[in-house]
Amino acid sequence: MKHTPSTKAYCLLVVSLLFANLALAAGEEDAAWNNVLKKKYFGDRTIDESGTSIELTAPYRAEDPALVPISITAKTPQTPSNYIKTITLIIDNNPVPFAAAFHFTPESGKADIATRLRFNAYTNIRAIAETNDGKLSMVKAFVKASGGCSAPIGADLEAAMARMGKMKFKLEGDKAVLNQPNQTQLLVSHPSISGMQMDQISRIIKPAHFVTQVKVNFNGKPVMSAETDIALSTDPNFRFYFVPDKAGDLKAEVKDNLGKEFSYTQTVSP
Amino acid sequence: MFRQFYCCAVFLASITAMVVANADELNLKEVASGVFVHQGIHAMPDKLNRGEIANIGFIVGDRCVAVIDSGGSPAQGKALKAAIKDKTKIPICHVINTHVHPDHVYGNIAFKEPGVSFVGHRKLAQAMASRAPYYLQKAERDLGLAIKQEDFIVPDKPVDSSMVLDLGGRKLLLTAHGPAHTDNDLSVYDDKTKTLWLSDLLFMGHVPVIDGSLLGWLKELDTLKKIDAKLAIPGHGPVASEWPRSAEAETRYLEMLKSDIRGYIKQGKTMEQAMAEVGHSARGDWQLFDDFHKRNIATAFAELEWED
Repeated sequence: MKHTPSTKAYCLLVVSLLFANLALAAGEEDAAWNNVLKKKYFGDRTIDESGTSIELTAPYRAEDPALVPISITAKTPQTPSNYIKTITLIIDNNPVPFAAAFHFTPESGKADIATRLRFNAYTNIRAIAETNDGKLSMVKAFVKASGGCSAPIGADLEAAMARMGKMKFKLEGDKAVLNQPNQTQLLVSHPSISGMQMDQISRIIKPAHFVTQVKVNFNGKPVMSAETDIALSTDPNFRFYFVPDKAGDLKAEVKDNLGKEFSYTQTVSP
Repeated sequence: MFRQFYCCAVFLASITAMVVANADELNLKEVASGVFVHQGIHAMPDKLNRGEIANIGFIVGDRCVAVIDSGGSPAQGKALKAAIKDKTKIPICHVINTHVHPDHVYGNIAFKEPGVSFVGHRKLAQAMASRAPYYLQKAERDLGLAIKQEDFIVPDKPVDSSMVLDLGGRKLLLTAHGPAHTDNDLSVYDDKTKTLWLSDLLFMGHVPVIDGSLLGWLKELDTLKKIDAKLAIPGHGPVASEWPRSAEAETRYLEMLKSDIRGYIKQGKTMEQAMAEVGHSARGDWQLFDDFHKRNIATAFAELEWED
């Protein structure tokens, strides 16, 4: 076939369109953040992206999209004059991008937090830290939801429902070490139902039922608190630090969107 | 220019025709009298295989035919239907869905017509409803399939704990299991040939996938192993094998996860540590290990940490 000028022009057009699409695809993963989410959650505030304040660890591939462990590590310790107040987690392409906001105090010792989240799509997750001087800084990671038969839903919701409200603290060692940051894990049993279902299919409606608030105190002093949403996995799990100055009680108070409240206290001794 | 378009279109059409032709020639084996199984392939569902990876098939009675799992795509469902019509004039009366996963139910729509009832676990409708929004997205993105909501067909005959389907001259005993591979697993036992169709309660070759409960699965296996069956049909693996011997590898893998992860939890280790370290020596025993093993650890860990 003879290449006429018009076919050449056509080829060029196709090639340039292809490149334009590729360029778009490269920036695409940040589009929702840049165009909508940043403004929605942080208004016109400046967000530093040099990564000096926190580190985010998330798996590139979400092995189980219902249960993706992620962790944030603070690069500096919490001191009364210089500390991280809040770490907000946003999952750009989830139906509800806001996943959680965690609040810390100088008494937290370290503003580290680890939890398990649901990922509905191929998406960026962002952790935005706000320090006590009001400055914001952000780190992000791209997570691919896995293939296969997985879905971002708990495997056995009935079991979680049956023990709803049951909680546990797990300390790193058997005993607490005084006046140092001690890692602890809070396990909360809750089905964490997103309510995102197609009832046209089953005509069975299971309304959203998820944890919205978590507060942890040690001897009455706040250690960590959080507002949370449907991105939290079934049986929410949190790993964080506290600094005990003597033996005492770790107390967790949890609320859900249906107004149910649960609390649990565990005695910690050195 | 038109000619170029034309060539291109012809080329694409011929590729499509090749793929469709493959699906049309559904390879079926009669493993016992009147029990036909198509063996899937050990692969992740993708655009090339269109999610057509599971073992599917049917059982023929004197009066009617029961389909057991309809396939991984509407096209595979059609191919299965065509293969049934090819083998017998006896009409299809039941489509049994062994659980909610797409590779077992996306062929449903091909069988929807008056006189055909859809049978599944009592929890299947709920599982379809809650997974559909996500599965629909994934069908388009990963499989290149345009699945619609109405293509999931919820069972009009839900199985509460057990049910007998009389196909004429043979009876199928359906059992709705507790959470195991998923929370909506159904097994089928054919009394005439003593065939136990386990679907994804039994994985062979393809690493088992826990999307329900590790402890529950082991418990169900204990009960299932007592069934006097001549043949077992897994959801993934060879079309028929000896029962209960064929469950040995799966049981060993699940037991290993149970004891190793319990050990990690007892030592206060995290889910991330367990995912990085547990059970990787079993890699050589299974296909698709890297695709599912870590997720199995995550699911099992989240279950086992509530044991005490």
